Amino acid sequence: MVDTIVFVLAAIIILSGALGVIFARNPVHSALMLIMTLFGVAVLFVAQDAHFLAAVQVIVYAGAIVVLFLFVIMLLGVDQADSLEVEPIGGQRPAAGVVALASVGLIVLLAVRSVQVTTGAREVSGALDGEGSNLVKLARVLFTDDVFAFEATSVLLVIAVVGAVVLARKPAADEVADAPDRSAGSSR
Amino acid sequence: MTVEPTWYLVLSALLFTIGGAGLLVRRNPLVMFMCVELMLNAVNLTFVTFARMLNDTGGQVVVFFVLVVAAAEVVVGLGIIVAILRRQPGADADDISLLKG
Repeated sequence: MVDTIVFVLAAIIILSGALGVIFARNPVHSALMLIMTLFGVAVLFVAQDAHFLAAVQVIVYAGAIVVLFLFVIMLLGVDQADSLEVEPIGGQRPAAGVVALASVGLIVLLAVRSVQVTTGAREVSGALDGEGSNLVKLARVLFTDDVFAFEATSVLLVIAVVGAVVLARKPAADEVADAPDRSAGSSR
Repeated sequence: MTVEPTWYLVLSALLFTIGGAGLLVRRNPLVMFMCVELMLNAVNLTFVTFARMLNDTGGQVVVFFVLVVAAAEVVVGLGIIVAILRRQPGADADDISLLKG
């Protein structure tokens, strides 16, 4: 009974937050609604015994990623409201609604089928229930079976940091002088 | 009344579709990015649900990797958006359709 109440409340939080993201005119409001959705998903992670992932969800997503979004919004001063009245491509929004309805129908059908015909093998990379905490079981798989993926992740993060620095820095004055095309592009 | 795994799957289908529709409709690159985050979260919820259904740790490990990749993607994507908006203030999805300076 408590599970059901938790699920329903979390589902309401998630869906209203998601709708808020796409309907809010102001990007700042969208980011705040995104935090609401992320917290709802974290609640459902806890409800499904994924305690470590719930913590990471709150710390990394709600804590770091959305703050980065807000930081960029404030930095660039693009926090003015969008005009949602103008529709640049005629009939795009009704078409998007039709596509959304069709795909939700298909995915729900697939989900119901997949629960009836469970195809995956059970407990391939270790059982979730039994002794020990969720974190220990996750760490055991992460540092044995998936250790190469884990190492590749560190390379990915280094590349992302270098890429962000290259993209975000302003070109120095002499570089702009060397490249007349780029300075012409930036003055427009 | 117990909470079936199907409920979670249906909820994440709805969340994924809302994110996809937002990606199609919105024109602000930052909000489009947030919609991508919504879709990633829907997939994470599906992975966790299947992890519990199959009693397998693998699903939760995949979610861990998705979180890391999402963080890297946000860093690079926001870097690109900052670079574009610094050059062309107020640019929306139509203004950045050409891959030239």
